[in-house]
Amino acid sequence: MKEQKETMLRVSNLSKSFGGVKALHDVSFDLLKGEVLGVIGPNGSGKTTLVNAITGFVKPESGEVFFKEMRLTRLPPYKIADLGVARTFQVVRPFLSLRSFKNLIVPLWSPRARRFAGSRGGDRDAVAIDLLEEVGFERDAYVPYKFASALPLGYLKRLELARCLALRPEVIICDEVFSGLSMSEIASIVPLIERLRMRGVTLMMIEHRLRELFSVADKVIVLSFGEKLAEGEPEQVMQDEKVKRAYLGEEIKW
Amino acid sequence: MDKNLVTAERRKERLDRGIKARTERLYAIQSWREVSYLIAPRASLIIGLLILPLILPGLYWQRVLALAGVYALLAISFDFLAERVGLVCIGGAFMIGVGGYISGSLNYYLKLPVLLTMPIGTLGGALICTLLWLPCLPLRGIYFAVVTFMFPFLTSSIILAGNLFEGTEGLSPIAGFPNIWIGVYLMIVVLLLSIFGLRRLCGEDIGVVFAGVKDNDQSVFACGINVTRVKVYALYIASVIGCFAGAFVAHFSGFVGVSLFAVDFSIMPISACIMGGPGTLAGPALGALILAPLSELLRGFGQLRVVLYCLVLVGFILFKPEGLLNWASRKYHQIEHWVRV
Repeated sequence: MKEQKETMLRVSNLSKSFGGVKALHDVSFDLLKGEVLGVIGPNGSGKTTLVNAITGFVKPESGEVFFKEMRLTRLPPYKIADLGVARTFQVVRPFLSLRSFKNLIVPLWSPRARRFAGSRGGDRDAVAIDLLEEVGFERDAYVPYKFASALPLGYLKRLELARCLALRPEVIICDEVFSGLSMSEIASIVPLIERLRMRGVTLMMIEHRLRELFSVADKVIVLSFGEKLAEGEPEQVMQDEKVKRAYLGEEIKW
Repeated sequence: MDKNLVTAERRKERLDRGIKARTERLYAIQSWREVSYLIAPRASLIIGLLILPLILPGLYWQRVLALAGVYALLAISFDFLAERVGLVCIGGAFMIGVGGYISGSLNYYLKLPVLLTMPIGTLGGALICTLLWLPCLPLRGIYFAVVTFMFPFLTSSIILAGNLFEGTEGLSPIAGFPNIWIGVYLMIVVLLLSIFGLRRLCGEDIGVVFAGVKDNDQSVFACGINVTRVKVYALYIASVIGCFAGAFVAHFSGFVGVSLFAVDFSIMPISACIMGGPGTLAGPALGALILAPLSELLRGFGQLRVVLYCLVLVGFILFKPEGLLNWASRKYHQIEHWVRV
C-alpha cells in the first residue's frame, strides 16, 4: 500500500535503570507521521525517563531510538533537537531573568531555526512575539514583554510549547503540559494542540489528565513500572484488565 | 536618625525619573533634557577616564592608573563570565600570565615589535586559555571556579620546575611603550571599548543566549544549541580581554616572570566586582579603579593594609551587596521625597 504513513519515531527495546530500579524495561513502539500518541501510567512508571531517553537527556542502557531511519541513541540532546525532535519539560524550565519574548530568542538563535528563518532571520524579536501570540500570550496586555519570572504556570507551560515551536520541529514530545493547571488553563491549551495536529506535527504526549488526552490522542500506550502494559485506541486500552489493575490495584477477594 | 524613621505621618515615596514612554528598545525622547539625562552617565565615564591621566600628579600615579586598568579589565572579564554567562572563572592570573608570557617572549627571543607582540599575545593567549579550559566547560558553578583557580599555580610550577623562560629570573628587558602617555591611553581606550562593547554584545541575540545558559543550560540544550560551544565563545571573548591585560603588563613593566601568575590577579577582580556592582560591567571596572589605587595608598600601613582592604569588602557585602553602580543607577533613576500620609 502506498497510503502507509511514514514512521517518525521508532523506539525499540529501550531499557534504563537507576541503581536497582528499572525505570524502563524493553519498551517499544512506533510513532507515525501526523499521529498523536498519548503515554499514560501511574506515578513513577517511567514516563519522564522515556522522554529523557528519547531526547538524549538520559543515556539508555540498551535499545534504540530512530527518527526517520536516523539513529538518535547516543546523540547529545542538542543534536536531537537540531534534527527536529523537540520536547517540553514537565517541571518548566524558562529563562527566568529574561522577558517572555526574549526566552524565544534562544531557540530562534539555534542553528535549526536559523536554517528555516532565511531572510527574516534578522528580526527575531518580531518572530518571537508572533510565536507567543500564537500560543495565547495577549500582545495587547503586553504579556510577551513580561519577565518570565512574573508569569503564572499556565503561561510558562505555553512558553515551553512556544520554545518547541520556534524550532519548527517535526515531532514534539510534551511532558505533562496539563499538569498543575486549572480547568480553564487546560481548555486554552487543548485548541493549541489541535491546531498543531492539523498542521501535521507529530505529537507524543505524556499525560495524567486522561479526559483531555483522549480528546486529542489517536493512540495510547500505558506504562507501569517501566514496562509497556498496553497499546491501542484510548477506549480499548482503558478496558484492558491489566491497565485497570495498574491504576486501581488488585480487586480484593474476601 | 529621625529622618530615616518611617512614622505614621510621613513616608518615603519613590518616583521613577526615567523617560516615560519606552519599551525594550524604543525611547520616546521629547526634549534635550531627556537626551542629556540618557547621555550623562555614559559621557561622564568616557570623559572622566580620558582626562584622568591629565590631572594626576606625576608619573607614579599614572603608572598606578595603568595597573588599576589591568585589574579593571580582569574585573570586567570576570563579571561578564560570572554574571552574564554563568561561568565563575577565577583564573584571571592565568590569562595575565599566558598573555604576558606569549607577548613578552616573542619580544625577548624573536625581537618582534610591540605592535605585533601585543595582538599575538592577546588573540593567541586567549586561544590557549580557551583550549586549556575547554575540557572543564561542562563543569558548573564552584567546580569550574576551582579548576580555573588552579591553573595559574600549575603553570607557574611548571615554569619554575622546568626552568622554562629563564625560570625564576624571568625575561627582562622587554620593550616598553614609547612613552607613558601611549601606555596609559592605550589602556583607557581598551577599557572603554571593553565596557561598551560587552554591554552591546549582551544586548544582542547572542547575549540573550548567554543569559539563557546562565539561567538554565538544560533548556538551552533542548533548544538545539550546543551549550559548550556557546560557553567557548564567551570564554574566548573574556580571555581576549584578560590576555590583553597580560600583554599590557608585560610591556608596561618591561618584565615577564612567574609573578604574572600572582593570585592577586585572580582574587582582586572578584572584590572589585562585588564592590562595583555585579552584572553591570562598568561597575566592576569602577570598583577596580577605586580598589587598586586604594591598596596602593595603604602601602604605608604594611600588613595592616590587608585588614583595611578586607574591611572595605566585608562592609560592602554586608551593607551594600548590590554594589556601587547598581546603587548609583537606582538613585539616578528615582526621585525620593517625603510625603505626608
